[in-house]
Amino acid sequence: MRPLLAVDGLTKHFPVRGGLLNRTQAMVQAVDDVSFTVEAGETLGIVGESGCGKSTTARLLMHQVPLDRGTIAFDGKAIGSREALSRRDLHRQMQMVFQDSYASLNPRLPVSMSIAFGPLAHGLAKPAALARAMDLLEAVGLDPLLFANRYPHELSGGQRQRINVARALALEPRLVILDEAVSALDKSIEAQVLNLLVDLKQRLDLTYIFISHDLNVVRFISDRVMVMYLGKIVEYGPVDRIYRAPRHPYTKALLLAMPSMDPRRRTQEAPLSGDPPNPINPPSGCRFRTRCPFAEAVCADVPPALTADDGGRAVACHMLSPGSGHSRA
Amino acid sequence: MVDTPAIAIADPVETLRRAQQGKSYWKRVWERLRQDKVTLAMAAVLTALLIMVIFAPWFTAHDPYQGSVLRRLKPVGFPGHWLGTDEVGRDLWSRMVFGGRLSLLAGVMPVFLALLVGGFLGILAGYAGGLVNSAIMRLVDVLYAFPSILLAIAITGILGAGLENTILALTIAFVPPLVRISEAVTTQARHLDFVEAARASGASTLQILRYHILNNVLGPILVYATSLISIGIILAAGLSFLGLGVTPPSAEWGLMLNNLRQALWVDPVICALPGVMIFITSMCFNLLSDGLRQAMDVRL
Repeated sequence: MRPLLAVDGLTKHFPVRGGLLNRTQAMVQAVDDVSFTVEAGETLGIVGESGCGKSTTARLLMHQVPLDRGTIAFDGKAIGSREALSRRDLHRQMQMVFQDSYASLNPRLPVSMSIAFGPLAHGLAKPAALARAMDLLEAVGLDPLLFANRYPHELSGGQRQRINVARALALEPRLVILDEAVSALDKSIEAQVLNLLVDLKQRLDLTYIFISHDLNVVRFISDRVMVMYLGKIVEYGPVDRIYRAPRHPYTKALLLAMPSMDPRRRTQEAPLSGDPPNPINPPSGCRFRTRCPFAEAVCADVPPALTADDGGRAVACHMLSPGSGHSRA
Repeated sequence: MVDTPAIAIADPVETLRRAQQGKSYWKRVWERLRQDKVTLAMAAVLTALLIMVIFAPWFTAHDPYQGSVLRRLKPVGFPGHWLGTDEVGRDLWSRMVFGGRLSLLAGVMPVFLALLVGGFLGILAGYAGGLVNSAIMRLVDVLYAFPSILLAIAITGILGAGLENTILALTIAFVPPLVRISEAVTTQARHLDFVEAARASGASTLQILRYHILNNVLGPILVYATSLISIGIILAAGLSFLGLGVTPPSAEWGLMLNNLRQALWVDPVICALPGVMIFITSMCFNLLSDGLRQAMDVRL
């Protein structure tokens, strides 16, 4: 079966300008050679520290920023090439929910209009678009009679994020990108919205890309997980295998840092110290080597390739590829 | 694009009816405005002034241009001329009312024209960004470098005195600040998440402008333009006072102030009257714009 979304070699380097004549001084390697696929009906979780390229990846997928290199194919059709999907069609198939629930709604429009805007922009008559908005309000668990005419500042954070979900669904997309969509909510509200997302996914046959820094949430909602570090994928595979037996040292450290409910499993010391290096001049070879307890000479010379095993998991680490020259390989 | 939606429809007719009877943003602004006594009073004064000026002959007994050598500089309360007469014996009340026509026209018209030009350029610059923005804003900066009164004096100085030239000069003087304001609020609005989201829904630029940019941008621009009207009236009067605006014997508040100046020692009250009108009108517009700004800030 062909994947719903196939991303190959996605790269985005942002120029840092300055100095005389506004010349490019350096490049921020926000996303560097990232490849992955999303199957129809699954949820792909993307995790990583701030600045690892999660959100840039989402914005590249939505074509909000132009990509430097790489291809994105939606349902077998390349995006951006000639015979391909136009941006307008793409946006009908792929929608996004942002983190800031307040900023992503127009304060001057009643929420029903915010939801109806997408269908309206795609040529639906206004009454029909508004009727669609009413249905969607119902679907995200808000009573249309109470909420349709409210303005964003009259709603709570959870209610606003439900509106944003409804807005994203208004064009009946097949893929929804949730960029830290629940991160700004209270824990109890977060759980409600997560349950809503799971419920909607089943009812409407959706596919999700779920971006978060919250590992528990990602574990709850995802089928597969992709761990990113400094613009690169370090590990990628089914959620159970990764959470039960992480193989990349970064994934291990990340999971160890996860707060536990069990008082006997208390974290005594930080498994990783320091901040990620500057993405303007990432370390040579393996980008994680500066913080990796097992780094050796080979890690500085050769960038590890992302190699997949038969279980659908891929890891980019020299320790896991025999013959790489690493003493633990 | 729509076939049957995947979600069950509750009661489309009823929900739709409820949705459409909701209060729009402007209705809410009006409701808040109605409770603001000061702003309402200012609006009432201005409306009264406007009616009086438009139907000037109904409110005046004398021809504003008919002088009389025998009745020069009569004081306030003089029989037959309740506000007295000016230096050539013309009825001052008539001249005040008729003078309002030119003064208001010369104050309001430039702001309106500059709002059209400046608002368009500013929103264009703000939304387009990049090179278009730089080109428009640098051009505007050139004009902005001059104080508006100096710019207006220079333009009327070149073009000559007269009502049309006064309006043109003030319009040119008011375009730069309006471009500035429009550009600033549009640039701010353009980078908000909801505009990104609108773009992500595949909407055209026009649709985004119509539904998402204009309603966030027009309020502040209109408020600012209202505050410019008072400056416009003062500047127009100032130009006339300097002899660069409306020419005698036209009735215009600034010009009247200039002509009556020579009679300051005879009757200071009469000389001050046109100034009082300028003061009242500009004050009203200022307070009105303050009230509008408060009413439009619906976010609390």
